[in-house]
Amino acid sequence: MLKFILKRLLQAIPVLLIVITITFALIHAAPGGPFSAERAVPPEVIEALNAQYNLDDPAYVQYFIYLKNIVRGDFGPSFKYTGRSVTEIIAAGMPVTFELGFYAIMIALTLGISAGVIASLKPNTIQDYIPMSLAMTGICLPTFVLGPMMVLVFAIWLDWLPVSGWGYIPGDKILPALTLGFAYAAYIARLSRGGMLEILSQDFIRTARAKGLKTATIVTRHALRGGMQPVVSFMGPALAGLLSGSFVVETIFQIPGMGRYFVQAAFNRDYTLILGTTVFFASLIILFNLLADIVTVWLNPRLRDNSNSGN
Amino acid sequence: MSGSEEQATIKDLDSVESGTSLWQDAWNRLKKNRLAMFGLCVVSFMIIIALLTPWIAPYSYFEQNLDLGATPPDADHWLGTDTLGRDLLTRIMYGSRISLMVGFLATAVALTIGVLWGTVSGFFGGRVDAFMMRTVDILYALPFTIFIILLMVVFGRNILLLFMAIGAVEWLTMARIVRGQVLSIRQQEYIDAAITMGLPKAQIMWRHVIPNTLGTIIIYATLTIPNVILLESFLSFLGLGVQPPQSSWGLLISYGVETMEEYPWLLFFPALVLSLTLFSLNFLGDGLRDALDPKASRD
Repeated sequence: MLKFILKRLLQAIPVLLIVITITFALIHAAPGGPFSAERAVPPEVIEALNAQYNLDDPAYVQYFIYLKNIVRGDFGPSFKYTGRSVTEIIAAGMPVTFELGFYAIMIALTLGISAGVIASLKPNTIQDYIPMSLAMTGICLPTFVLGPMMVLVFAIWLDWLPVSGWGYIPGDKILPALTLGFAYAAYIARLSRGGMLEILSQDFIRTARAKGLKTATIVTRHALRGGMQPVVSFMGPALAGLLSGSFVVETIFQIPGMGRYFVQAAFNRDYTLILGTTVFFASLIILFNLLADIVTVWLNPRLRDNSNSGN
Repeated sequence: MSGSEEQATIKDLDSVESGTSLWQDAWNRLKKNRLAMFGLCVVSFMIIIALLTPWIAPYSYFEQNLDLGATPPDADHWLGTDTLGRDLLTRIMYGSRISLMVGFLATAVALTIGVLWGTVSGFFGGRVDAFMMRTVDILYALPFTIFIILLMVVFGRNILLLFMAIGAVEWLTMARIVRGQVLSIRQQEYIDAAITMGLPKAQIMWRHVIPNTLGTIIIYATLTIPNVILLESFLSFLGLGVQPPQSSWGLLISYGVETMEEYPWLLFFPALVLSLTLFSLNFLGDGLRDALDPKASRD
């Protein structure tokens, strides 16, 4: 197991390097990018950039300087927010995005797994169709449709909850978390239904039933561990998706998280901030995928020997 | 495998013997699936409308009527007008051209790369397979949504680039699925026979392997299109995709959100059309999976 984790960790390093290299190359190729020094940015920023990246040096030297700075956790000064470093901005936005993501994933797991398990107990009956139709709705209603619709209904028409914000008015965290969580609840419901159906048809479940165990006991004690495997493998991509979902949700609800910073940086062409957030997001996504892989293998020891085969 | 699935397989064999082709059989099964047929009808209708838009659109999509302003749906403007007095129905129709075009073209890009990659990888096996699949694994780990946004920022919001970029993301899943199929086809006796007869490998892949993965390819292509449309709308919603005066569903929704308090129909109708299309394509894809590959489980 330890060997597997080490192997996966080692595999993550080249991926991270690829991300940094592609991002650097793209930004470097960008007209008016931070490394071309042709842009009308505040003089103090240019000075700071010059000092840090040696803009007169050839590209590969700049690349290594950049790499060295990343290792030290220094992403350089922001173009747009004069006087603030990218690292500061990321550090300010990160807790907000993490909190939002945490609520969303909790909602997604609770709703999704319950719906999936309920549906799988009586397949192809009304008990299956209702949660699965709801799940289909969740998949087909994108975050940027669901979010505004919920704001319109619950905040503007019914006036139950605040329209936007994060931690300013009580209850303003409910709508963003629900919006972000619902789509993933839908996927998780479908996956856990599939996983549970497969497990519930196996012999050891029949034995458990024959021994007279209650359905609740069978589900919690015997079926869930195996049945949740598709959900666990989905967690890596899901957490990555939550991050890009946070772009939309944070924009709609005006939440000062990293997603909103990233979108604004893209708009303002704040290259250093884009570069920094991209590298940061990428590292997170790689980390999530790694964790999901490890948990998947931990849950299913049969995968340990040939854990590299694709699906 | 449960009893009913076995029966389905046996029924397949029977129908082959009685002269119904696989495709005929699949079509018969698909016809019985009401949701899938509904999806097929909606999608076909959307495509026809999108193709005919320049001739049948009630108004021109850039023509402003500032005196009119935003009006709710009425007899002249079935879906109302936006704040500049532009007909919403017309704008949705033009938007569907962009959204559907991105959906189909990007899927075509993904399909081409994915099928070739997966076929070669699965057919040759061994080191070639290991190398090609490791590449896919590494690419899978990259945060592509972010890269697409980055591309849009660096090279300008160009629609050609947009579908190339989306296509370049979506081929990965296709490659994995096709490879899995090819691995099992590779074990079949007719492939051994073809190799023994000395057919060139390219010809075996093209004539014997790829046609047998066609069912799977069609299913996943149908399921990829809604993903692509969703991605395009997502980018356009953020203002990083299609640029005005061009319009797409995502762009219309983002305008709708800005004014939803006063003019909710500007949000409601584009959102409805987008969701309906996603619904239809997903149902059609699920239906195709049931029809073409009765053994595959619904996840």
